[in-house]
Amino acid sequence: MNKQDLVLKTEHLSIQFGGLRAVDDVSLEIKKGELYGLIGPNGAGKTTFFNLLTGVYKPTSGRIYHNGKDITGKSPIEINRGGIARTFQNIRLFKNLTVIENVMVGLANQIPCSVVHSIFRLPRHKKTEQEFYDRALALLKVFQLEEYKDYLAANLPYGKQRKLEIARAMATNPTLLLLDEPAAGMNPSETQELMDDIAFVRREFDMTILLIEHDMRLVSGICEKLTVLNFGTELAKGETAEVLSNPAVIKAYLGE
Amino acid sequence: MNFITALINGLSAGGTYAIIALGYTMVYGIAKMLNFAHGDIIMVGGYAMYLTLLAAGHPVLALIAAIVCCVVLGVLVERFAYKPLRGASPLAVLITAIGVSFLLQSVAQIAFGTSPKMLSALKINGFISVGTLKIDYSTLVTLAVTVLVMVGLTLFVKYSKTGRAMVAVSEDRDAALLMGINTNAIIAVTFAIGSALAAVACYLMLTKGSSVTATFGAMPGIKAFTAAVIGGIGSIPGAMLGGILLGVVESISLSIPALAPYTDAVEFAILIVILLVKPAGLLGKMRREKV
Amino acid sequence: MSARLAAFFKNPFWRRYGNYLAVLAVAVVFGALSVSGVATSATQYLLEKIAIAVILAVSLCMVVGFLGELSLGHAGFMCVGAYAGGKIASLLVEALGGNQNSIVVLLLSLLVGGIVAALFGFIIGLPALRLRGDYLAIVTLAFGEIVRSVVMNVPAKLFGGTLGLETPRFNKKYLFIIALIMVIACLAVAQNLMRSKHGRAIISIKDNEIAARATGIDVTKYKLFVFTVSSFFAGIAGVLYSYSNYRLQSANFDYNYSIEILVMVVLGGMGSINGSMIAAALITFLNVKLQTTLTGNLAVLQNFFYAIILIIIVIYKNAPGLKTFREKYNMNVLLSKLKAKLKKQPAPVSADAKEDAENE
Repeated sequence: MNKQDLVLKTEHLSIQFGGLRAVDDVSLEIKKGELYGLIGPNGAGKTTFFNLLTGVYKPTSGRIYHNGKDITGKSPIEINRGGIARTFQNIRLFKNLTVIENVMVGLANQIPCSVVHSIFRLPRHKKTEQEFYDRALALLKVFQLEEYKDYLAANLPYGKQRKLEIARAMATNPTLLLLDEPAAGMNPSETQELMDDIAFVRREFDMTILLIEHDMRLVSGICEKLTVLNFGTELAKGETAEVLSNPAVIKAYLGE
Repeated sequence: MNFITALINGLSAGGTYAIIALGYTMVYGIAKMLNFAHGDIIMVGGYAMYLTLLAAGHPVLALIAAIVCCVVLGVLVERFAYKPLRGASPLAVLITAIGVSFLLQSVAQIAFGTSPKMLSALKINGFISVGTLKIDYSTLVTLAVTVLVMVGLTLFVKYSKTGRAMVAVSEDRDAALLMGINTNAIIAVTFAIGSALAAVACYLMLTKGSSVTATFGAMPGIKAFTAAVIGGIGSIPGAMLGGILLGVVESISLSIPALAPYTDAVEFAILIVILLVKPAGLLGKMRREKV
Repeated sequence: MSARLAAFFKNPFWRRYGNYLAVLAVAVVFGALSVSGVATSATQYLLEKIAIAVILAVSLCMVVGFLGELSLGHAGFMCVGAYAGGKIASLLVEALGGNQNSIVVLLLSLLVGGIVAALFGFIIGLPALRLRGDYLAIVTLAFGEIVRSVVMNVPAKLFGGTLGLETPRFNKKYLFIIALIMVIACLAVAQNLMRSKHGRAIISIKDNEIAARATGIDVTKYKLFVFTVSSFFAGIAGVLYSYSNYRLQSANFDYNYSIEILVMVVLGGMGSINGSMIAAALITFLNVKLQTTLTGNLAVLQNFFYAIILIIIVIYKNAPGLKTFREKYNMNVLLSKLKAKLKKQPAPVSADAKEDAENE
């Protein structure tokens, strides 16, 4: 397969912290439109892998390609502008901004307006502010958050905060969405709602998604392909059903 | 020769800074706050010595009185100004500490006026000569006390139960609490130790013949704070290293005529340069935020 | 407050332009009094000081309140601006043959003072990119002290040395009006910036820098920008200060001054431009009044009361243990209870109280 057809490709990606290889020689390929799951026990290196993809950490060795472009070692900002957006395991919203403003921050790079325009209130400013508002509102509607638009993000119920984080990530207009344990801390009905939302985002925006998950039910329900990490290394990868029936995977999850 | 004199004087001045810096760094490590009023505790110690000398006239008695006075004051300030704010934003605590600093200075000014108080009884005169080198007795006393304090404190932190509890609280206050450590008591003890050290530092400064005013502790306080940051705030060996380093830099800068007037600037510039290279100070641990 | 009056002030027009109009009103009223010779020189002096303090507080609020970085060196930037502007002004006055009251010279020196201070702000913004919280605070403090020490010790013919630098004056009848116009400019920049996509980006950095980066916000650019703009206005305030006092002493720009400005921002409620403005005006008013009424031995009492009030307010506003007390006895609740008593109706939870609870 040609590199260009792959939204994400990592080659032998590794990072070492002191003596610990938190991620060790992980290679994966995600095709356009795929919903790919990254699973593994606690401390397996899943979030570290995300941090490598999004430039929070620089890999010790290995390469990362996004839509065929080498993005290894780029900064989080460059990577986001290049089209990779993420959410966080421990929700990271802008708590002192309202719900709609959180999405507007996500839109910042989509709608140019220089500081000079804003400070001197040139006509451009007013036009772009309206555009920010309209587009943010449209996104909130997609995620059924418009009734909360003027709440401070901190005051939103937990499940809605997760949704808002996804909405904010989508506002940056990504080609690849990384979700870090989106169902963490949710009850079964919220998890169900979230699964529907993820499926919806994928359809609506034709999105490629890489998902870290603990919740096996969520993974088996929606992911086509999986990579299982254990102690930083690949334990198994491939089609979901196949991977989940792999004895090594069952052992890693359930013990001997 | 000139350089060696400067070096020895620097070690001595640095020792004083280190002793004050220990107060900053321990409080920072354990209570996670910048105790801006720490420098003014030194000043209070100075006035305590002044009053004791007026009444009893003996330097050792003065030192003891100052230590007691500073310890009591340090613990009281912690109890009434900082403890209510535990868990509040760091900035609120900082502003309160600044308020306490203003308060102590203004009370001293009301009580003792603006004229400096000479404490000549504490001044240690004389020097020894080694070849062409002249070393003041006060410098030697300072060096000896510094070594004593550093060794004592290191042993205390390493081997005493309280000392190890202090390390535990500075690593993780909540976990320490869960392990049955009385964190409030540990914080109070930390303030007590820091204040006692401030009194000792005050005594050392006065052996060189300084006089006490309401702002007596402000500049040494800021310098020692700088030293603590250079060494890596929160780190006890860091405070020692930072203090000595700052003292030596200061003394060498003072010995070079062209640089002497800019000594303050040189010291602060060293701080900025070191932080640019090592953002957490020389021995400080860089705490990476978990993503 | 009657409902109609309340609605009047809730009107977006007042929300947007209320503070400009308030400053403008002060400028017009006192300007008229001053020009007609009614206002005393004490009033003019007071208004100059208030304007300078407001500019300092609003500009520091951008760094501390909005960007969320602690700066203890604002007086350092002010010092840079004051000396740069004051020096340029005296050179220009000399070149013009001693004409003191030139508005062109004043405006030019304001510009130069602002730009030079902004340059320093940019440079000090650089370490801000690497340092966190308390470390940045000590670096800014160190910067302020370095500036002070250097200005004092360079050859006296440059900046006057320990004696201080004599700087030109400007007609006192008008100086405070110029100062108030600068206040409006500062308010406009701070407010327009914060009510835009850039303001949202700046707050996002304060709230969660990691998330801001992951959302593609150029954190570096915004941090440098805020430091630069904030220092620009500190420089402007410095130049106004030089015109207000005619003599610059570097000793006046020590870290205690920086702290005084920080206190205004904190008492103003941290992230609030209007709060900073009101706190700055009130504190300056009290300071100037106390200075003139408390003389001799009483003068030390000023610091004493200042310290006590500061400690009590900060503990009252921030102590976690007083949270329920604050909620029970806050101004809005008390007011609405009072209103209810007057009307003999049960107390409703006012919209203000709700809003405050949300802002907590």
